[in-house]
Amino acid sequence: MKRTGAEIILDSLVAHGVHTVFGYPGGACLPLYDALYHYQDRINHILVRHEQGAAFAADGYARASGDVGVCIATSGPGVTNLVTGIAGAHMDSVPVVALTGQVPRNLLGTDGFQETDATGVMLPITKHNWLVMNAEELPRVMEEAFYIANTGRKGPVQVDVPKDVYLEEVEFDDFPPPNIPGYNPDEGMQPDPTLVRAAAEVIHGSEKPIILAGHGIHYSNAYDELLAFAEKANIPVITTLHGVSSFPESHELSFGMVGMHGNLYANWAVDRADLLISLGMRFDDRVTGRLEDFATEARIIHVDIDPAEIGKNVTTDVGIVADLKPTIRALIDEIDQLDHTPWVKQICQWREEHPSLAIRETEIVLPQWVIRQIYHITNGEAVVVTDVGQAQMWAAQHFWYDRRNTFFSSGGLGAMGYAFPAAIGVKYARPNEQVWSIIGDGGFQMTLQDLAVVKEHNVDIKIAIINNNHLGMIRQWQTLFYDSRFISARLENPDFVKLAEAYGLTGLRATSKKEVLKVLKEAASIPGPVVLDLVVDEVEKVYPMVPAGSSLAETIEGDEVEEARYA
Amino acid sequence: MRHVLIADVEDRPGVLNRIASLFRKRAYNIESLAVGHSHRPGISRMTIVVAEDHEEAIQVTKQLDKLIEVVSVTDVTEQRHVSREMALAKIAAPEMKRTEILQLANVYRAQVVDVSPGSIILEITGDEDKIDSFVEIIRPYGILELSRTGEVAMVRGRAMPTPAMVAEEGPAA
Ligand SMILES: Cc1ncc(C[n+]2csc(CCOP(=O)(O)OP(=O)(O)O)c2C)c(N)n1
Ligand SMILES: [Mg+2]
Repeated sequence: MKRTGAEIILDSLVAHGVHTVFGYPGGACLPLYDALYHYQDRINHILVRHEQGAAFAADGYARASGDVGVCIATSGPGVTNLVTGIAGAHMDSVPVVALTGQVPRNLLGTDGFQETDATGVMLPITKHNWLVMNAEELPRVMEEAFYIANTGRKGPVQVDVPKDVYLEEVEFDDFPPPNIPGYNPDEGMQPDPTLVRAAAEVIHGSEKPIILAGHGIHYSNAYDELLAFAEKANIPVITTLHGVSSFPESHELSFGMVGMHGNLYANWAVDRADLLISLGMRFDDRVTGRLEDFATEARIIHVDIDPAEIGKNVTTDVGIVADLKPTIRALIDEIDQLDHTPWVKQICQWREEHPSLAIRETEIVLPQWVIRQIYHITNGEAVVVTDVGQAQMWAAQHFWYDRRNTFFSSGGLGAMGYAFPAAIGVKYARPNEQVWSIIGDGGFQMTLQDLAVVKEHNVDIKIAIINNNHLGMIRQWQTLFYDSRFISARLENPDFVKLAEAYGLTGLRATSKKEVLKVLKEAASIPGPVVLDLVVDEVEKVYPMVPAGSSLAETIEGDEVEEARYA
Repeated sequence: MRHVLIADVEDRPGVLNRIASLFRKRAYNIESLAVGHSHRPGISRMTIVVAEDHEEAIQVTKQLDKLIEVVSVTDVTEQRHVSREMALAKIAAPEMKRTEILQLANVYRAQVVDVSPGSIILEITGDEDKIDSFVEIIRPYGILELSRTGEVAMVRGRAMPTPAMVAEEGPAA
């Protein structure tokens, strides 16, 4: 059968069950859009208002669905606008396929109009990418693209296609099964039984073990296993930022988040542990604090699907390269029913003495309090998408995540502007859930143009701007580490309610606690997008905090108790 | 310490770029990189020499292995292997010095590949030490140009298993 390059690409999307894509047209990919015209019954194209939003939305879609997210951009400026979103997906191992247009083959390398070395630009921030020089290659490349993106350690891929290759007609029958000699993700799925036994032995010899749960739990869908393992071994569970919502936070073995803004008791527990069982996490510097002083008394069992993560930042005692789900299952079988009551009690005592998540009683609106109210008003059932900065950390700390995979954040890259477009993607993946985008006044202004998108498609997400009239996290660092020499931290903001209204949306403002409760309820009851301008205290800081370059043991509890030490 | 890595990679445009990008991004110290066709069609073999300690060399190997187009990569430093490098050296050789230079070349089994008025080109093959020492010996005569290939290496004895061979033979016991 004769098919054009563009048709082969779209057939591939359909074959992989892709029904929503996010993109922005331009000269070099107009042939793809022209073909899309005939696929509108099968593929819903969401026209974002900036390509960065397309990449973020595809990322959100992928994280929330477990499928691959797809974004489309044209050559030159289209591709370069994708970069931040793709770099974020790369850091956080999110499966995204970026389809990018390129100048026609005869113009390649001539500095043609809107020519950018797109595969060159994307090379270090994709798991793999292709410049497709013949339509005949497209069936293979598309098959490989989806396969590579969504297997092993997942990640974004890019398929760069010159304009005339979209138009080229070739004989096409079927998509060949992927056959890549240098890529065998199936090989690394099952754990080595010897190593599992070795790990069990180490666990049996430990008195103060901690489970560190990361992003991998979500990707491996290992929630049941994590829960059963923690319960059988009676081991406290502490998560990374990406591990949030991998383990029910109301569980008696849950002690929340570790790291730069982790709970004091969680940081102390990791610092004092004699064993870390690290599941699908990568010892990022935001997790470990000063590396030389990280968990100095602990042996480390590290399970990860990526061999290169084992031993990269910390030295491991038992490193297992495998999928988490079968590995944790094997561990459950291998270990005895254990009891670590004294250790669990010790951490509980630290928590009682230093309740990191207590919110002060105040007249003014504290941002933490706002997050807590969002939790209450949604009965804890919201899916939360955060931006980057103080609001991100408060959203991670003060909303309690009992439901699986309900917290999404730009963790590795820390890209402001993520939360709003990503929430659009999350909503398309989970249309029946309440999606709340929790975002700073600064971050919102990085990608707010997609208000047009939520209006156009009536995308029912709540955009909760935690408005402190500042780049709050910048202000916090300037306060703590630059003697309060504030520069470029204050924001002269627009009227967010009017802005919402200009886009034809409902905007609600609250400046007191009473109003916050009122507008949150109102927003939750409106079936459709709402912009919430929640005006909060301008100077509140995120605590606890491990100053950059300090160790977890040096976690600062708050302004009053900078010298907090072990009980 | 020096580590010698042998990588079999798919012969596709951009592979070298990916490898170079990896070394640049992670700031690995690369001493030499030699690449050419292997015995298998579509597969090139690279010999990469890195100046890194043991832990780093493991990371380099793992990161290389992650690249989709890298079919296999082995650190052969600790294995019995042979390694060779070739150099072309253009040496200032006025009539009166020529015999002397040719005698030295003979000692190192270097070949004369070009004789021109005032200069000659010598070709020498050997391990890195031999080439280094030859270059130092010849330097006083005036090296006009020097071109070294970087090391190529091969494990002694039985062929290194490639993924395809492992599949044919079944997993090693
Ligand atoms: C694209 C981008 N630019 C700059 C930064 C650095 N940065 C981190 S947090 C922050 C302030 C964020 O301000 P806002 O969105 O208002 O959130 P807040 O901290 O006030 O809650 C900045 C500028 C970043 N993370 N991303
Ligand atoms: Mg702010």
